[in-house]
Amino acid sequence: MSEVLLDVRNLTKFFQTPRGTLHAVDGVSFTIEKGKVLGIVGESGCGKSTTGRAILRLHEPTSGEVFFEGRDVCKANKTEMKQLRRDMQLIFQDPFASLDPRMAVNELIREPLIRNHITKGKAETEKRVKELMDLVGLAERLYNAYPHELDGGRRQRIGIARALAMEPKLIVCDEPVSALDVSIQAQVINLLADLQEELGLTYIFITHDLSVVYYFADDIAVMYLGKLVEKAPAEELFKNPVHPYTKALLSAIPIPVLGAKKDRIVMRGEITSPINLPDACRFAPRCDFACEDCKAHDCALEEISPGHFVACHRWRNFVE
Amino acid sequence: MAEEMKDLALEVKNLNIRFETDDETVYAVNGISFDLEKQKTMALVGETGAGKTTTVLSLLKLVQSPPGVVNADTLKVVGNDVMKMTATELEAMRGKDIAMIFQDPMSSLNPVMTVGEQIAESVMLHEGLDEKAAMEHAKEMLALVGISGDRVNDYPHQFSGGMKQRVVIAIALACRPSILIADEPTTALDVTIQAQVLELIKKLKDEYKTSTILVTHDLGIVAETCDIVAVMYAGKIIEYGSLEEIFNHTKHPYTEGLFNSLPVMGGDRSQKLKPIKGLTPDPSKIYPGCTFAERCPYATEKCTQGFPEYKKFGATHIVACSRYDEPDFHIERKEID
Ligand SMILES: Nc1ncnc2c1ncn2[C@@H]1O[C@H](COP(=O)(O)OP(=O)(O)OP(=O)(O)O)[C@@H](O)[C@H]1O
Ligand SMILES: Nc1ncnc2c1ncn2[C@@H]1O[C@H](COP(=O)(O)OP(=O)(O)OP(=O)(O)O)[C@@H](O)[C@H]1O
Ligand SMILES: [Mg+2]
Ligand SMILES: [Mg+2]
Repeated sequence: MSEVLLDVRNLTKFFQTPRGTLHAVDGVSFTIEKGKVLGIVGESGCGKSTTGRAILRLHEPTSGEVFFEGRDVCKANKTEMKQLRRDMQLIFQDPFASLDPRMAVNELIREPLIRNHITKGKAETEKRVKELMDLVGLAERLYNAYPHELDGGRRQRIGIARALAMEPKLIVCDEPVSALDVSIQAQVINLLADLQEELGLTYIFITHDLSVVYYFADDIAVMYLGKLVEKAPAEELFKNPVHPYTKALLSAIPIPVLGAKKDRIVMRGEITSPINLPDACRFAPRCDFACEDCKAHDCALEEISPGHFVACHRWRNFVE
Repeated sequence: MAEEMKDLALEVKNLNIRFETDDETVYAVNGISFDLEKQKTMALVGETGAGKTTTVLSLLKLVQSPPGVVNADTLKVVGNDVMKMTATELEAMRGKDIAMIFQDPMSSLNPVMTVGEQIAESVMLHEGLDEKAAMEHAKEMLALVGISGDRVNDYPHQFSGGMKQRVVIAIALACRPSILIADEPTTALDVTIQAQVLELIKKLKDEYKTSTILVTHDLGIVAETCDIVAVMYAGKIIEYGSLEEIFNHTKHPYTEGLFNSLPVMGGDRSQKLKPIKGLTPDPSKIYPGCTFAERCPYATEKCTQGFPEYKKFGATHIVACSRYDEPDFHIERKEID
């Protein structure tokens, strides 16, 4: 039996801005089973990072519920939250910005161990630092190196080691490989995959690179302007995308194979402002198939086949 | 001579660029040669630090000096020797003969000038248009990149990232340059906007016969937009050829490594990615042999003793790899016919 690790229901995060209410995340629901990878994709500003941060309560959700191993994260008190913060870790896109430049590799990895009283005594801490370095593939000779002396891939490995120091169950990876060269990117993806197998980790993998999630994720959730518009097992999503936005997104990906060119759907315009949104499908202004219904009221996520969810008034027109 | 007959947009022979800083010398570009024919798009591919940006900057004589030191046997833009140009001649060439879209689009826009003024500036300089005519032209240019002409009086901060990038392209194209240099023009953009920008670059090639160098590390973009590919590693071109030659008849182990590292949508998900092991070499060191040897799965003793000579394969296919001295040598990646 598969076990649900994370259950997100109607998660909403609004920001109050001088120009009005900004709908960063607007009623997002999904579940992730233990040991699985959920990829979250979508254009810049669609709310991927905010979703990740709201789950960890780094942004206090405006409304909605987040159940981690059955416990409601949003209702957790201070002590419970402390444990939850260990269970759920975050890895960022720019490892450089998140690492203290004055600390050497060993200090950077030691810091979370000491701060959270994870290891006892000098000897145990020392041993764990070395284990973690080994686990993420940082050579021992880098023990005293500083972040600025390292390339992006190694800096990202430090970020991963720091997250692993907490012995988490869930890691939210926010664009962890976006700033890296392809060969380094592949090294880090392989590392994350190995760690998942070895430690039974569960990931939320946020990215705008669909080919990366295609490789790495079990399920993929597509977001548009704060809404989840489609979610399906990875292969299903790539083979049978239903939402017009998912289709356009997939068709825009350049493929490094000659003659592989598919019919490209060039989308009109750009993602609209997330402020003071009307009750309508968010994608309707750019959608070639939008009808009166789409402009009159918003649509809800429906399960159209087992595990395949779509939020589109007209989905029946797009499946055979 | 036959070479002179060909209509060349760019001619580069034995280009070397180093940066001499207080504590070290960085050898960024180490003996690069290539020609670019008119109305062709060439991709310059390679990892961070390979010397792509430095190479293209030298074509506009924009390498910062000091610390940069540029040497070349030939460095010609539409037949004119860039190395010998006076400041006035360079000024006249930039924007008119050759224009560049920089890697970081946002930083090349002036925040206190309207986008219209920024586009008009270059047309007034090169085409001698008066302000009114130049602003009219600016509107047309905006429309060309898919932004409504009535936004000429808006400032950069009023545009989204993708729109700003298109404004930068509009500025670069305002004088219809013969050669366009685009340095990672879409890296900061979403795939949907990227698709729009790439379509635009293709349209320019057809409509204005523009020759283009597209600097990128994305082989998907290369497959869709380029005719010719030059793969750079540690300041050298290690493989060069037509799109077909590079993608379907890959020869260099490094190029193979790039392809293997890439997650391909629709590929076999159960197969693990095969990254190139190790890291790019230290650019402040001079390597006696092939610079890729220490990361190369095919390297032998010989590879570390002298940089390989360029060997010709197909009509335009050139490869720098000593292993091909052995008649039976081949890489794992299969050729496609
Ligand atoms: N602290 C904040 N205050 C106000 N608005 C915010 C804040 N954080 C994010 N936003 C807005 O919320 C929306 C979603 O942002 P978010 O960073 O989650 O997007 P994203 O999908 O991660 O984008 P990217 O791919 O660019 O990282 C955006 O419109 C953003 O401007
Ligand atoms: N002004 C400078 N002073 C010193 N070193 C420099 C300077 N500009 C570039 N370099 C060095 O020259 C080498 C080549 O850099 P370049 O920017 O051309 O690489 P690139 O291929 O464009 O990389 P990227 O993909 O990261 O843009 C690098 O080692 C870089 O650090
Ligand atoms: Mg983000
Ligand atoms: Mg560069």
